[in-house]
Amino acid sequence: MTTAIRVDSISKRYKIGAAQGKFRYGMLRDVLVDGITAPVRMARALVRRSNGEKVVPDNYIWALNDVSFDLEEGRVLGIVGRNGAGKSTLLKVLSRVTEPTKGTVTVRGRVGSLLEVGTGFHPELTGRENIYMNGAILGMKRAEIDRKFDEMVDFSEVGQFIDTPVKRYSSGMYLRLAFAVAAHLEPEILVVDEVLAVGDAEFQRKCLGKMGDVAQQGRTVLFVSHNMSAILRLTQEAIVLKKGALIKRAPTPEAVDFYLASGQAETGERIWGVEEVPVASAPFRPVTLRIKDRTGKVVDTVRSSEPLSVEFEYQLDAPLTGLRVGFYLSTMRGEYVFTSFDTDDARLYEQFGARKAGRYVSRCTLPADMFNEGRYSLGVNASSFGVRRYFMDENALSFNVDVSGAPGMQWPEMRVGPIRPRLDWKIEKVD
Amino acid sequence: MTEIARHEPTTIYIKPSTGLTALNLRDLWTYRELVFFMIWRDIKVRYKQTLLGAAWAVIQPLMTMLVFNFLFNGAIAKVSTDGIPYPIFAFTALLPWGLFTTALNQASRSLTSNNNMITKIYFPRLVLPVASVLAGLVDFAIAFVILIGLMLYYKVTPAWNVLWALPLFLLLAIITALGVALWLSAINVKYRDVNYALPFITQFWLFVTPVAYSAKIISAKWQVVYSLNPMAGVVNGFRWALLGSGSGPDAALWVSVGISVLVMISGLVYFRNMERTFADTI
Repeated sequence: MTTAIRVDSISKRYKIGAAQGKFRYGMLRDVLVDGITAPVRMARALVRRSNGEKVVPDNYIWALNDVSFDLEEGRVLGIVGRNGAGKSTLLKVLSRVTEPTKGTVTVRGRVGSLLEVGTGFHPELTGRENIYMNGAILGMKRAEIDRKFDEMVDFSEVGQFIDTPVKRYSSGMYLRLAFAVAAHLEPEILVVDEVLAVGDAEFQRKCLGKMGDVAQQGRTVLFVSHNMSAILRLTQEAIVLKKGALIKRAPTPEAVDFYLASGQAETGERIWGVEEVPVASAPFRPVTLRIKDRTGKVVDTVRSSEPLSVEFEYQLDAPLTGLRVGFYLSTMRGEYVFTSFDTDDARLYEQFGARKAGRYVSRCTLPADMFNEGRYSLGVNASSFGVRRYFMDENALSFNVDVSGAPGMQWPEMRVGPIRPRLDWKIEKVD
Repeated sequence: MTEIARHEPTTIYIKPSTGLTALNLRDLWTYRELVFFMIWRDIKVRYKQTLLGAAWAVIQPLMTMLVFNFLFNGAIAKVSTDGIPYPIFAFTALLPWGLFTTALNQASRSLTSNNNMITKIYFPRLVLPVASVLAGLVDFAIAFVILIGLMLYYKVTPAWNVLWALPLFLLLAIITALGVALWLSAINVKYRDVNYALPFITQFWLFVTPVAYSAKIISAKWQVVYSLNPMAGVVNGFRWALLGSGSGPDAALWVSVGISVLVMISGLVYFRNMERTFADTI
C-alpha cells in the first residue's frame, strides 16, 4: 500500500484576536500606535522582568500542536475531538487553505472537500457557466469539465434550467447543482467535515452517501464528525484530537471508547478556558454552560419526556447596564428552534437590567415534551440590546434528545420537525 | 465515476513557505485556466443589470475627455499640445489611465470580495488580482475603437513604430497596475483602510501624471523626479506611439520601467508573504 497522506509534526498557531475577531479588522491606526508605543512597552517589560514579575505571553493559541500521522491509500479515517480541538484546522491545512506554522504534509493526489459546494458561484451566471467556473476553481481542467458536463447536469436534475442564471434557481436547485460539481471532482483524497456541513437533511444524507461511494472506490477519506455512530459506521480507524494534539490513534471502536471515556466528549457541560475568551468580550466572561436533567445531574442526553434545565455561569468584571444573557437553540442542521433571554420577563429586567460586577448564574427550565429526537446545539449570547454584543458562541454546547416515553412511540418511525409536543387531542364521532 | 486511476496523482508538499522559493509562479501557470475563467466571469458580470452596459467603457473616458477639453482647452487654461488637437491628445492618455485606475479599483477588492473562496479552497491567490487587472483590457479595447474613430476624424496617422511600441507601453501599464494592485489587495485583506485611501490615491496620481496636460510643462529640474512615476512613462509613450508627440523613449522612460518592475517584484514578494495568512485574517 502507498501512503496517501503523511503528516509530519505540523503545528498551527493563531493569534487569538485574529482568529476570533471576525467582525474586527485590523486597522492601520492600531499598528501605527503599536509601533510608536513599542519601545515604551519593551522598556516596561524589561523593568518588570528584572523585578521578577511574570511577563504576559502574547495572545497566541496553538490550534494544532505537533500532529503526526500517516494514512494509507484507500483508508477512511475518522477524526474526533471536541469543539476547538483542531479538527477543522487540520482539514484546512490538508486542503491547503491555510499554511501550517511548522511541520510538513505530503499529500499524494488532489484533495477535495464536500464543503466547497458552490464556492465561486455567481448569481448572474447561468448554470452552465457556473459549472465551468466552479470546476475551474476546484482545480478541474476544461477538458475534464467538458467530459463530465452531462453527467453533472443529470446528477443535479436542473437540466432544463441549465442556461438560466442561477439567481433564478430555488435554493434546492442551487445546492444540487453546486453539489454535482463538487461530487464529480473525483479527488484522490476527500475530506468531509460534518460539523460544518450545510443544507437540509436530504442534502446531508447525499453527502454521506457520496462519501461512502468514494470510499468504496478505494479513495482515501478523512471524516470529521461529532456523531459517534456515523464515525463508527463509516470509518475503520480514527484519531482523537485534544487541544490541538493527537492523543490517540486506534481502530474506530477503540478510539471512540477512549474518546468517550476520557471525559472530553461533549458531556453536557462547556467550560471556557481563559484562552478561549476573546479579549473583546470584556467585561463579560463566560465560565460554564451546563445541561442538567430533572435530578440535577449534568447530562449529555436528555429524555424528551422529562424537563431539563440550562445553566449559564459567567463573571462580570465591571458593572453592566441593559445586559441580557440568553441562548439560541438550533438543530444540528442549523435551523433555529428558538431564542430566549434571561431578562425577557419585564420584572426580571427591572431587577437585573443593571448588574454589579461579580459572578452570576442565569438558569432556566425547558419543559417536558418539547423536543423531538436528535441532537441540538445551544448557542449563548450576552449583549446589551442595540448597544453592544459582548460575547457570542453560536455552538457552545450540544446535547442529545432521547424520545423514549414521548407521544407516538408505539410507531417506530422518525417524526419530522424539531419539536415533539404532547398535544391535547380529542376525537369525536360527529355523524 | 468509472475510471479511478487515470493518471499518477501528483504529490503535493505542504509546509510553511519561506523566502523567494515561496513565489511558486509555476502554480499560477497550472491554474491558468482559472485565470481565464475569472476574467471571463468578471467581463460577463461587470455590466449586468446596467442600462447602458458596455457603453460605460466608452462613456467614462469620453466624458472625462470632454470635461478636460472644456477646462484645459479654453475655459480655464490653454494647455500646449504641440499642435495636436486637444480632444485626441487627452483621450490617448485617458485610455491607459482608465485601464490603470479600473485595474486598481477591481484588483484591490479582488481578495476581500472573494473571501468565501479564500477561506474554503486552495488555489493560487495571485489568480484573483491578476484576473482583475487583465479583465480591464476589455474596456480598454472598447475605448480604443473610439480612439481610432477620433484619429480618423482628426486625420492623425501614427508612424509604423506604433506596431511594436504600443503593445510594449500597454505591457508597461499592465505591469505597473499589477504591481500596485498586488500591494493594495494584500494590504486590504488585513487593513480595510485601502478602500478609503484608494480614491484619494488615484486622484493624487492623476495630478502627477500628464493626462490632462503635456509632460513638457514640467520644469527641467523636476523631470527626473517626475519620471519616477511609471504612469508618466506610459502616458508619454502612448502619445509618442500614437500621435508622434514628444521625442520617444529616453532615459526617463527607463527610470519608469525600472520603477515599475521594482514595484511589481516587491508586490509579488509581499503578496506571497501575506498569502499564507489570508485565510486566517480575511
